[in-house]
Amino acid sequence: MALAAICKSNFSSKSSLFGLPSNKEVFEQESEDCFAIPTAPQAAAYLSHLNNPESNVHIKFHHGTTTLAFKFNHGVVVATDSRATAGSYIASQTVKKVIEINPYLLGTMAGGAADCSFWERVLAKQCRVYELRNKERISVAAASKVLANMVYNYKGMGLSMGTMICGWDKRGPGLYYVDSDGQRLNGSMFAVGSGATYAYGVMDAGYAEDMSVKDALELGKRAIYHATHRDAYSGGYVNLYHMKETGWEHISWTDVKDLHYAYKNEKK
Amino acid sequence: MSRYDRAITVFSPDGHLFQVEYAQEAVKKGSTAVGVRGKDIVVLGVEKKSVAQLQEERTVRKICTIDDHVCMAFAGLTADARVIVNKARIECQSHRLTVEDPVTVEYITRYIATVKQRYTQSNGRRPFGLSALIVGFDDDGSPHLYQTDPSGTYHAWKANAIGRSAKTVREFLEENYNADIATNDVETVKLTIKALLEVVQSGSKSMEIAVMRRNHPLQVNFSAEVEKVVAEIEKQKEEEAEKKQKKMKKSS
Repeated sequence: MALAAICKSNFSSKSSLFGLPSNKEVFEQESEDCFAIPTAPQAAAYLSHLNNPESNVHIKFHHGTTTLAFKFNHGVVVATDSRATAGSYIASQTVKKVIEINPYLLGTMAGGAADCSFWERVLAKQCRVYELRNKERISVAAASKVLANMVYNYKGMGLSMGTMICGWDKRGPGLYYVDSDGQRLNGSMFAVGSGATYAYGVMDAGYAEDMSVKDALELGKRAIYHATHRDAYSGGYVNLYHMKETGWEHISWTDVKDLHYAYKNEKK
Repeated sequence: MSRYDRAITVFSPDGHLFQVEYAQEAVKKGSTAVGVRGKDIVVLGVEKKSVAQLQEERTVRKICTIDDHVCMAFAGLTADARVIVNKARIECQSHRLTVEDPVTVEYITRYIATVKQRYTQSNGRRPFGLSALIVGFDDDGSPHLYQTDPSGTYHAWKANAIGRSAKTVREFLEENYNADIATNDVETVKLTIKALLEVVQSGSKSMEIAVMRRNHPLQVNFSAEVEKVVAEIEKQKEEEAEKKQKKMKKSS
């Protein structure tokens, strides 16, 4: 890293081969899963004009979503909407916002679609390598930490990702919220996206740790529906998953329109 | 033959890496270390070389803790061991940070072995001249004993010895180790001491025994306590010798 040495920066201390955790031994570094960071002394400042809404080259990502996940006695329920928007244009109504990392780990997508799906695929690769090296599945805590460390290397450079890593490991059901600011939180209930506040309201009203599986799935579905009803940037279909001890199970892919009339009829 | 032992990265025509083999010779010159794995206890014993009159005894440490639940003893170059122990200690904490779990004994052994192997395959470096016995308990409670050698290979053992006269000690262990002893903590410690007594010259004063029990930190027993056990063992030996003599008298 001759350029870094000339610029006398501590640039190389963050990660010697860009993008992967600097702990080389736990997760070996390879150059295919990283992006070249501009070789400027302060890469984040150099790239800041891409994130600044007032600048001429501001990159507008597909944002706007509602994703939620909560833990209860029988596992984790994961539910998302399926709308992608670019400003006020609805780009797609059928986006898959739940990423199947492996048979017992799920990740949700909120923020930049490309960022989420790319990094979660890299995470899938790292999880598999961990499994092969250590002859046991990676824990949800470790998997979420790998992802958090990977994106932290690009902090301030315009990544937009708010994801929930859900799984079941030997400690039981696991749920972590990880975002591109470097935040990583353990919790029993999260909702991420522009419709999160609506989802929280419905979830908090109906949540109980000892809910039955049926009630929990219904709660997840309902929370997404209500978010899509009020939030313009969420809609399409409700994608519903259940994380059990034996791995995840895809429950349903329901049109929000059908849910609307179903719930309306219920009230009668 | 000597043409192939200068640069470590060169194989000899008959497939030897001579530097690695010479490193193993260096290990054979080091003082003996014994490790025994019980069911609820793991024991390490090392031969303490006699110190000079004016030297403070405690600065020579051959049994090192790597983490709360893992420790190692080594045979070979002490300075090389210091480097390895340092790297292993850092790696244990690094693992705790990135994976949020303590290392398994196998993981840290694999790490140490990988480091050693790397030095057998790069230019201008010589291999580490030490073998290590790594003991500890995993998070799920299972005890482990691993041995690494300068070539970077590692194996799991129920009981093993390294260093000077390792072969003699290992043969003793093969004859005397059994599953019953393993289930009894005291017997496991006794076996370790007996094994060391095979090769150690002046008895209990030149032995250091370290014991680790599940969920407990390493306990290093100093000469006074070891002496007690050794005295017991000596007493047992005397009693057995007397019995034999009585039998012989009867038969003659």
